[in-house]
Amino acid sequence: MGYLWTIVALVAVLALAWRFLGSYLVAVYEGRVHFLGWIERPVYRALSLDPEAEQTWQRYAGALVVFSGVAILLTYLILRIQGSLPFNPQHLAGVSPALSWNTAVSFVTNTNWQNYAGETTMSYLSQMAALTVQQFVSAAVGIAVAVALIRGLSRKGSRTIGNFWVDLVRGTLYVLVPIAFISGIAFVAQGAVQTLAGPVTVHDALTGVTQVIPRGPVGFMESIKQLGTNGGGFFNANGAHPFEDPTALTLFLSISLILCIPVALTYTFGKMVGSLRQGFALLMAMAIIFAACLAVTSYAEAQPNPAVAAAHVVHQRSGNMQGKEARFGPMPTSLYDVTATQTSTGAVAGANDSFTPIGGLGLMAGMMLGEVSPGGVGSGLYTILLFALITVFLGGLMIGRTPEYLGKKIQAREVKLAALGVLVMPITALVLTALAMSLHAGRAGPSNLGPHGFSEILYAFTSQANNNGSAFAGLAGNSAFYNVTGGIAMLLGRFAIIVPVLALAGTLAAKNVVPSSSGTFRTDAPLFTGLLIGVIVIVGGLTFFPAVSLGPIVEQLSHGRLF
Amino acid sequence: MTAHLRRAVVLALGFLFLLGFVYPLAGTGVAQLLFKHQANGSLTADGSTLIGQSWPSPRFFQGRPDASVLTNKPGQVVVSGTEQLGPRSKELEKLVAERAARLRKEGITPTNDLVTNSASLVDPDISPRSADAQVAAVARANGLPIAAVRRLVASQVRAKQLGFLGAPYVNVLDLNRALVRLERATHRGAASGR
Repeated sequence: MGYLWTIVALVAVLALAWRFLGSYLVAVYEGRVHFLGWIERPVYRALSLDPEAEQTWQRYAGALVVFSGVAILLTYLILRIQGSLPFNPQHLAGVSPALSWNTAVSFVTNTNWQNYAGETTMSYLSQMAALTVQQFVSAAVGIAVAVALIRGLSRKGSRTIGNFWVDLVRGTLYVLVPIAFISGIAFVAQGAVQTLAGPVTVHDALTGVTQVIPRGPVGFMESIKQLGTNGGGFFNANGAHPFEDPTALTLFLSISLILCIPVALTYTFGKMVGSLRQGFALLMAMAIIFAACLAVTSYAEAQPNPAVAAAHVVHQRSGNMQGKEARFGPMPTSLYDVTATQTSTGAVAGANDSFTPIGGLGLMAGMMLGEVSPGGVGSGLYTILLFALITVFLGGLMIGRTPEYLGKKIQAREVKLAALGVLVMPITALVLTALAMSLHAGRAGPSNLGPHGFSEILYAFTSQANNNGSAFAGLAGNSAFYNVTGGIAMLLGRFAIIVPVLALAGTLAAKNVVPSSSGTFRTDAPLFTGLLIGVIVIVGGLTFFPAVSLGPIVEQLSHGRLF
Repeated sequence: MTAHLRRAVVLALGFLFLLGFVYPLAGTGVAQLLFKHQANGSLTADGSTLIGQSWPSPRFFQGRPDASVLTNKPGQVVVSGTEQLGPRSKELEKLVAERAARLRKEGITPTNDLVTNSASLVDPDISPRSADAQVAAVARANGLPIAAVRRLVASQVRAKQLGFLGAPYVNVLDLNRALVRLERATHRGAASGR
């Protein structure tokens, strides 16, 4: 019963975010918010930039790629030399080259895949200056791309789609920093740590037990980790760690922060293209897919864990508690982990690896369907818009008419770009999974035997190609093979989608609008939402079904067998 | 291209300063000013209430089995969340059976969260049911009346936050600290009554 109220409360919070954060985002990206002008203007001066000057899609994409390259390099350098930098109370040495590469790519691409345990690998400086910085910036890049695509759809005969530098700066300053700072205070108030004083040694006089407890600047990283749908935690246990998510209230706050921008962007989209119903149709498709995955995983986790049941020692009335925290319980943990896998967050409040086979499938499903429900900040909206273009194309084929979306004719070039953007992720994930299965270095990764071992590999590449970052963490990912291939998957999953999206924004912006007629397929109606869901499910389902049937489905069906 | 590169470097350094230093340091300042106790790790004289620990004596309430895995390595920081056994893992079945046998030997009926590891492996809490299951054994080991220990557990149960968030739970460190206070009070009372 409490779980139902949790969902009601979440819907209420998100409805407010949709309306108010959505219209605030319009104001920010249309340049009508100025309260931090005293920071913003000097930044533009330092960049010798005219904030009114816009860019073609080629220049926008070029700036984005160059900036991301510089960010990877800078992050890599900080990690490598952290041993000789300040804010390192544990005297941790520099991070190895392969791991630094993987981690730098991971945080710049908004993935936050982590092949390390934060408390014994990263200095406070690395956590703050290398990782937290990218959690802001990669999120701002994602939103910028979505806004550029919206501009492409809403403009007529325009050569430009906005200015990347301005979008990046404004998104960071006006959206991410204020919300992250205020919610950071809430995390600390509930019990998240926020100190630079290093680990503390505590001695329990009752038992004589001594512990060295790691601490750090956690609370204010946690807030941007969620708000930017990043997911990279300070500690190895991520959101399950009591210093990251001390209470059920921070669990709820995390879920709200993760979902608020992706949901609000559908309002922003509707407002900027001049019809809120267009955004609402997308939001409904997102919500229905989300609800389906949530229902499956919540139900599955309320069931017993098969391996625990096989020991015949307890009735698992409280559901699958293996890899779950006592203060959360299985259902709220499912809500958090489903939220994190339906967005590009990938944070975990429970051990995904210990979810029941079908519960784990529900987590994978969000990623395999392209992470559009509601997806990462920005990435969710631009990916579902790719699916929307494919949907109107298929609708056009059915009735034999040139498809249109928001009055723009969707022709061969647009369909090719959309198909490219949609197919990069499954191709990357499946080819790399096949490669890992065929190489000794790949098969050395999984710690579990049987179909679950395969699931661990499949999950890893699906997660990285989606820039999600969650894991079936039984996979030993800190090897040369997984560090390098994972880095490639994350780069392709990010930039091989962003560049076609920006190209699409450019061609759409240049087009003129054809007036709608009685024969126009309406894209703001339930029929379109249904068709869109169908396309998303068929594309994701058909590409991943064979692989999924070798993993979680076999595992679920192998009644009574343990591996 | 060179214009892009120059701007990228300048902006990356600007963000490094603003988001990598100003933001977290200002946050640390606010946190230390307003919520010093929480910001420093919710420490008590006997450890942090947010980090599980092992309780190597039948006189104390036990936590999740994971706590004992990780907290007894002298001089090393407690590393969270590393064990990941799948839902059809033979090893998990074996571990669960062993944990249940150990609990039974101490006179405790096994419960779901006392035979399974948590996600963080530093879970400081257990379910109220798991605390109840230990009442008789703990009362016997301390020479305390069962009813008094049961009342103590009931007083330590934390309800769902706002009435609907998460699960009800008992913090093991808080419970054991209260237990020690109860035991001292009872035995002092018994001594003076004699």
